[in-house]
Amino acid sequence: MAYAAGVDVGSTQTKAVVIDEKGKIVGRALTMTGANVTRAAEEAFAIALKDGDVREEEVEYVVGTGYGRYKVTFGNTQVTEISCHGRGAVHMFPETRTVVDMGGQDTKAIRVSPRGEIVDFCMNDKCAAGTGRFLGAASSALEIPLDQLGHTALRGERPVKISTTCTVFAESEVLSWLGKGKKIEDILLGVHQSIAGRSTGLAWRVGIEPEVTFTGGVAKNIAMIESLEKAMGMKVNVSDDSHYMGALGAALFALDHIFASRTPAASRGVSA
Amino acid sequence: MSETAGTESIVGRGNREGARLFRQWFDGLGQAAEENRGGAYVFVMGSLGELLSTFDLPLVFPEINSLQTAVRHQAHDYLNEAEDVGYSPDICGYVKADVATQRRGGMLPMGRIPKPSIAVLTNACNTYIKWAEIWERMYKMPAYVLDIPASRQDGHPVNRHTPGFERDRKYVAAQLRELIVVLEQVTGKKFDVDRLRETMKHANTMSRGWKRVLELNQSRPSLFNALSDGTIYLGVCNGFRGHEAGAKYFDQLVEEMEYKRAHGIGTLVDERHRLLFVGVPCYPIFRRFTELFSEHGGTFVNSTYLWFASGGTNLGFEYELSDPLESLAEGLLTGVSDAMDSMFFQTKALVQMVDDFAVDGVVYHPVKSCRTTSTGQADSRRALMAERDVNSLFIESDMMDRRVVSEAQLKNRVDAFFEGLESRRNQAAAGLV
Repeated sequence: MAYAAGVDVGSTQTKAVVIDEKGKIVGRALTMTGANVTRAAEEAFAIALKDGDVREEEVEYVVGTGYGRYKVTFGNTQVTEISCHGRGAVHMFPETRTVVDMGGQDTKAIRVSPRGEIVDFCMNDKCAAGTGRFLGAASSALEIPLDQLGHTALRGERPVKISTTCTVFAESEVLSWLGKGKKIEDILLGVHQSIAGRSTGLAWRVGIEPEVTFTGGVAKNIAMIESLEKAMGMKVNVSDDSHYMGALGAALFALDHIFASRTPAASRGVSA
Repeated sequence: MSETAGTESIVGRGNREGARLFRQWFDGLGQAAEENRGGAYVFVMGSLGELLSTFDLPLVFPEINSLQTAVRHQAHDYLNEAEDVGYSPDICGYVKADVATQRRGGMLPMGRIPKPSIAVLTNACNTYIKWAEIWERMYKMPAYVLDIPASRQDGHPVNRHTPGFERDRKYVAAQLRELIVVLEQVTGKKFDVDRLRETMKHANTMSRGWKRVLELNQSRPSLFNALSDGTIYLGVCNGFRGHEAGAKYFDQLVEEMEYKRAHGIGTLVDERHRLLFVGVPCYPIFRRFTELFSEHGGTFVNSTYLWFASGGTNLGFEYELSDPLESLAEGLLTGVSDAMDSMFFQTKALVQMVDDFAVDGVVYHPVKSCRTTSTGQADSRRALMAERDVNSLFIESDMMDRRVVSEAQLKNRVDAFFEGLESRRNQAAAGLV
């Protein structure tokens, strides 16, 4: 049995997965990226190997992705996280045609073909509005841990309107709503709806086509799922492994290389 | 001449000679500034270089000066200086760099430019007028605004054989006559129609050459990169319009491109993807920006920038020298209308370009500080995608301000774009598309 691996070095967290020849995840890891990107990638890969009970020499090919992909020094090649999220999402939900990936510093909307190839994509530019960092600012201002934001927000009944598009100013706006006596859950629900609205706007730029799959770390947030579904007017797919979708896509590209290397070159007719 | 010697002397001559002419141009501007002679401040979309040079007015293109500060990695100093005196970060970067230049007595990294004796502009860009008003306030000189009726039609060139066009042409001709009176007052020189014929003859040679150079890039492999090399050619096109040196340059450039085509000499050793660029270049990382694409075997075979920033010269319009003023009006109206339409209604032109140049991908590059060239790009992209099944990339940065240029973000998007192009190529090879 051969294995393939994908390491997704994001701005905040590094994710790694090891998959078997059928594309099934056998090991996964999540670490903080920190300042030493190469070390973060190595650590995540080592943890994923251990988690899957796989020896390093059994992994035939490794693909690095994410902003730190070129720092995955032990990787065989690199693929952008845009392609990887599309590939991973279609692998998990084959009817996926639109992917919304919400990460720490960027949000992407990706339109994919049935084979998981990128048809079009759009990302937030030079501004963290509508990303996970926006939630981080709210978490900090309201002194509520990130993992409790979603559940708290769902208790909201009268969401406030967050007008700022700047993550830095979002914190002061949240505080100003507190000063006006608004409930924390209403403020938080407003924050979620604001992010969902901006993300949906991005998705419209590439054209929303069902099914929509929601990936990235923020996809674990229940209020964000609900807000996104409301903004888009449709159900969205969310996997338990949504956080690992980029790494999974990278591992699937690695698997392609393994299979291609086993096929006689003349019969492949395609470049590697 | 041996084959090798021929290649060495011809290939790259356009870039070398372009750099030399650029230095010559700025030496002339520096001398005018030294002698306290005023210049004509003009813009790339309708410079009227043919007319202004007959009055011996040195031509100053503030847009070109400003972008040069970015290419030379000094724009931030100029932008900061303008912002320090109250110009908003949201205002056109070209304007702000020019404001700082004027505050520095015309000093630029390339040398000193003269103060304006007159500004001559069109309504092709709505910022031009507000920009010229700044000079009016600073120097109390006249700014002459030519009102060019826009056709706002899809596809180019503008149809010249309609009653509406003839009415517009007469309107522009009347403005030119008025401008000549102002120019006589400003310079103290009489208008010389024979000199105008001479400069228009040179402009004809240039227009003919520019059109041919652009056409020749349909060759495979492409002969020049429309973004990097093309911008050098564009500089000569603007700075030396109506000059014998400019005419000779484009004659030689055609010769260079014909030579490269005949010998199969491309701009890239391995041309994998032929691209079309829409918008204004990213000057703060000008060379690197092109490399982001060439690293993947991508080269720009054409660019809308080479149309609108040449004031429509790309059309190859040639003046009728027997009736110079009326023909100048026709050329100005045709060129500037086309420049405007290149930005607002470009779908047919882009579709034609995709077909004629065998384009694999289209790169849209809206920039933060230029609404005129950027606002309609998202619509343009959708319209083109509806017409042609071609990959496209939409990346945003700026033409001047490095604070909004993130190379890491750009690279990520460019890499993903090429992954899509490669994927499509592989599918085609496997018979899947």
